Amino acid sequence: MLRLFPLLLFFVMSFNASAAVSETQQSALPLLVEQLPNTKLNKMAPLIEQIAATSAPQVRAILQPLMDGDLYYLKTNKRVVSVYKNEQKQYQLTDVLSAEALPAVKKSAIKKVRTNNRLRGQIRDLLANLDLTNTDTDIRIAALKQLLDNPNQAGLVAVNKLIKAEKDEDARELMSVILLIEQLQTGSIAEKLSAAKQLSNRLEPTVKNALVKQLGSLPSNAADAETKELKTVLSNAIDSIEQQASVFSLAENLFFGLSLGSVLLLAAIGLAITFGVMGVINMAHGEMMMLGAYTTYVIQQTFPNLIEYSLLMAVPAAFLVSGFVGVLIERGVIRFLKGRPLETLLATFGISLILQQLVRSVFSPLNRQVEAPQWMSGSLEINPILSLTYNRLYIILFALMVFFSLLMILKNSSLGLHVRAVSQNRDMARALSVKSSWVDAITFGLGSGIAGVAGVALSQLTNVGPNLGQAYIIDSFLVVVFGGVGNLWGTLVAAMTMGTFNKILEPSMGPVLANIIVLVSLVLFIQKRPKGLFPQKGRAAE
Amino acid sequence: MKLKKLIVASSIVATGLMTNFAYAADNIKVGVLHSLSGTMAISETTLKDTVLMMIEDQNAKGGLLGKQLEPVVVDPASNWPLFAEKGRELLAKDKVDVIFGSWTSVSRKSVLPVLEELNGLMFYPVQYEGEESSKNVFYTGAAPNQQAIPAVDYLINDIGAKRFILLGTDYVYPRTTNKILEAYLMAQGVKSEDIMINYTPFGHSDWQNIVADVKRFGSEGKQTAVISTVNGDANIPFYKELGNQGISAEDIPVIAFSVGEEELSGFDAKPLVGHLAAWNYFQSVETEENEAFIAQWKKYIGDDKRVTNDPMEATYIGFKMWVKAVEKAGTTDVDAVEQAMIGIAVPNLTGGIAVMNANHHLSKPVLIGEIQEDGQFEVVWETPDTVIGDAWSDFLPSSKNLVSDWTAPIKCGNFDVTTAKCSGQKF
Repeated sequence: MLRLFPLLLFFVMSFNASAAVSETQQSALPLLVEQLPNTKLNKMAPLIEQIAATSAPQVRAILQPLMDGDLYYLKTNKRVVSVYKNEQKQYQLTDVLSAEALPAVKKSAIKKVRTNNRLRGQIRDLLANLDLTNTDTDIRIAALKQLLDNPNQAGLVAVNKLIKAEKDEDARELMSVILLIEQLQTGSIAEKLSAAKQLSNRLEPTVKNALVKQLGSLPSNAADAETKELKTVLSNAIDSIEQQASVFSLAENLFFGLSLGSVLLLAAIGLAITFGVMGVINMAHGEMMMLGAYTTYVIQQTFPNLIEYSLLMAVPAAFLVSGFVGVLIERGVIRFLKGRPLETLLATFGISLILQQLVRSVFSPLNRQVEAPQWMSGSLEINPILSLTYNRLYIILFALMVFFSLLMILKNSSLGLHVRAVSQNRDMARALSVKSSWVDAITFGLGSGIAGVAGVALSQLTNVGPNLGQAYIIDSFLVVVFGGVGNLWGTLVAAMTMGTFNKILEPSMGPVLANIIVLVSLVLFIQKRPKGLFPQKGRAAE
Repeated sequence: MKLKKLIVASSIVATGLMTNFAYAADNIKVGVLHSLSGTMAISETTLKDTVLMMIEDQNAKGGLLGKQLEPVVVDPASNWPLFAEKGRELLAKDKVDVIFGSWTSVSRKSVLPVLEELNGLMFYPVQYEGEESSKNVFYTGAAPNQQAIPAVDYLINDIGAKRFILLGTDYVYPRTTNKILEAYLMAQGVKSEDIMINYTPFGHSDWQNIVADVKRFGSEGKQTAVISTVNGDANIPFYKELGNQGISAEDIPVIAFSVGEEELSGFDAKPLVGHLAAWNYFQSVETEENEAFIAQWKKYIGDDKRVTNDPMEATYIGFKMWVKAVEKAGTTDVDAVEQAMIGIAVPNLTGGIAVMNANHHLSKPVLIGEIQEDGQFEVVWETPDTVIGDAWSDFLPSSKNLVSDWTAPIKCGNFDVTTAKCSGQKF
């Protein structure tokens, strides 16, 4: 660094100060970058500020990887590089200053330039200011949102200049909101009034905070008419925003309820077949889901490059694996215990323990990592306060798909006909040449296979470990009993009711109490109607 | 006649010698009371393996007092009352000289009366809520003032947090810790409307509402931080939901007291980058002792991807201290070892010295780390010196006058400094 100092001095002196300020600053960049590896975390902020202030073309190439944690330096010569890990797990380096690609190295040859939350936030703001002039509208909007959340002087000045030339509707709207907030804070009373009026239908939290702050800053016993008017306008605006927010928060709760309901539906629907239709109390049902989740894990391990498609592959695979295990259990154990529910319960409970220990021995007792594909992450933003997460959205759709395909199978296929025939009157079905033992095995396999499919979905929501099944087995039985044994539609309605009821209670009384209340009301309901919501009618019910 | 007497006498001596010899060949028994099945197996199995590794290592060095160490492993199966039963089995039937065990506070509370009744000795290696000091337990994990309080200081001073959300699993450790933290935050001038507290059951996996509440609570214009005492694998769905609802560590950082390297090893850590954890040890700390320990662990477990964590370090320190104390006392007798333990110092793995204090708690450094993409932590803050563990919190009215001192003349775990009396409570 000392070596370079005269050089810098030379640059500074050799340019005409006023004409070449930016160029002088730009030439300081290498010097600043060189400091990155040696600077302590608490001294980094001013350094980053200086780097951004050079407005050199390389600023983004330095700050972006620093924010993403991809900025390293070579241990040998402290050259600062951005790193990209390629498919062969090699570290490909690019010099941040010259953009020159360097030969790939091993991890041990490089060391990370350290950052922390505060610095990442600072860089995000700085980059957002650079992005304000980006040609891509989406990037521009993201930058404006960042500026809205963390306003800064440089950004405000830029927006003031850019708003006239902005062509995109959404971007222009955001810009005007940013300027209105600024006006609300610093303008004259008349300006504040008009700003408050215009902001009253914006849902962004920043807007509400600005309004609340403004209202709080006004003297409480102001006498002049203008201030009074401003006060009423402000509180009206806040009220209207809060009103809208409460509507959306109700919608959000409903969505959460449906999403919990769809998880319950997935968990219970296989059981609705084995328990509801066949009458077998299968305590190993949860373990069938666990097997499905582990199948997802194995598929992701086998095809590490196809994570995006892994779930699509896992669905049929999990169906086959769990279905196969289900058929084995039926053939090996359950058929010998026909008509003895207590023994079936104990035997299947034993099987569930065996299966848990099996995965514990094969995969270790630790949870396994199932990755979420890109398309399952993030959320669909409907407005600034309501966003629906993609994984939950897909799982609601998926649960409904599974439900309706099962309904189709039972209603419209010959297998379904046989299943219904055997469950309604076994002797008569056998007399009509239905192979009842074969139908039992296939039905049990179908129920287990669907549990496996549910496991694939659960692997995206919860931990994939040996205990996964246990967490859902009680809920599944509850849903099936609540809905009415032997009735698929009942299962659907029961799952959605329980989910929504739980989520509507949860915000006011917390998850523990909400759960208890749901359970107690369920017990009371069953007391009143022992056969559930939709009891089977007619001769099949006996 | 004389001959007969001689024979009898010599045979008595011989039997005496033989029993003596047999006694010498007897092993020192080390009980391991960690759950190997059930929900806590994920965390506790690792500690069982750590103790076994330390025993193997000590035996390779020639054992202790000329005897070999012999592990006695039992499985209390994450079933709290079973901890008492298995503890009794270890002490009464197997006659172990020391126990390394327990993770959750409720399991420790369960085995404690048994330890006091049969005068056993247990090393407890996990951070806990304090408000306890038993003669029969050495607490090698952090007390609240060695983890929770410094973490809050960091949030207030370095992050600039003004609003706090305390999320916890619904059992004794989070409830007590949050009580202490709430009292501490109030003492720091945080208003009660700026504190939100929420409890969830063990293994909670549907975090949608709570994360939405966090988002709403954090959108009121003041820097908000989450202090999480959420335990075990409920953390993974929690962080996933945070990521999916678009809450980044820059907006609302989460500082966790129960999330370590082991918990993160089953997870794609990308959505967690920047969130924080407060511990007394991180695997990423670069010291010679730590590198040796990590290498030893990976070799013992035969898996290059296994990680080390804070309770493992606490187990390591506890074991080394016990070995030193037994050598100092020259016996494994519980009372002698208990007195010898106080003042024992062994190097910890982060480059400092761990000292056992008179209140049966350790002196420890406090580190705060940010989660990295590879599931490791980058230390962003640490206390300049080690902090002495405080058994009784100064921020709770019920315990602020209590001190614990197991040396003469006080010799008591709950000495009230105002009345100069022990409360009479056994632990």
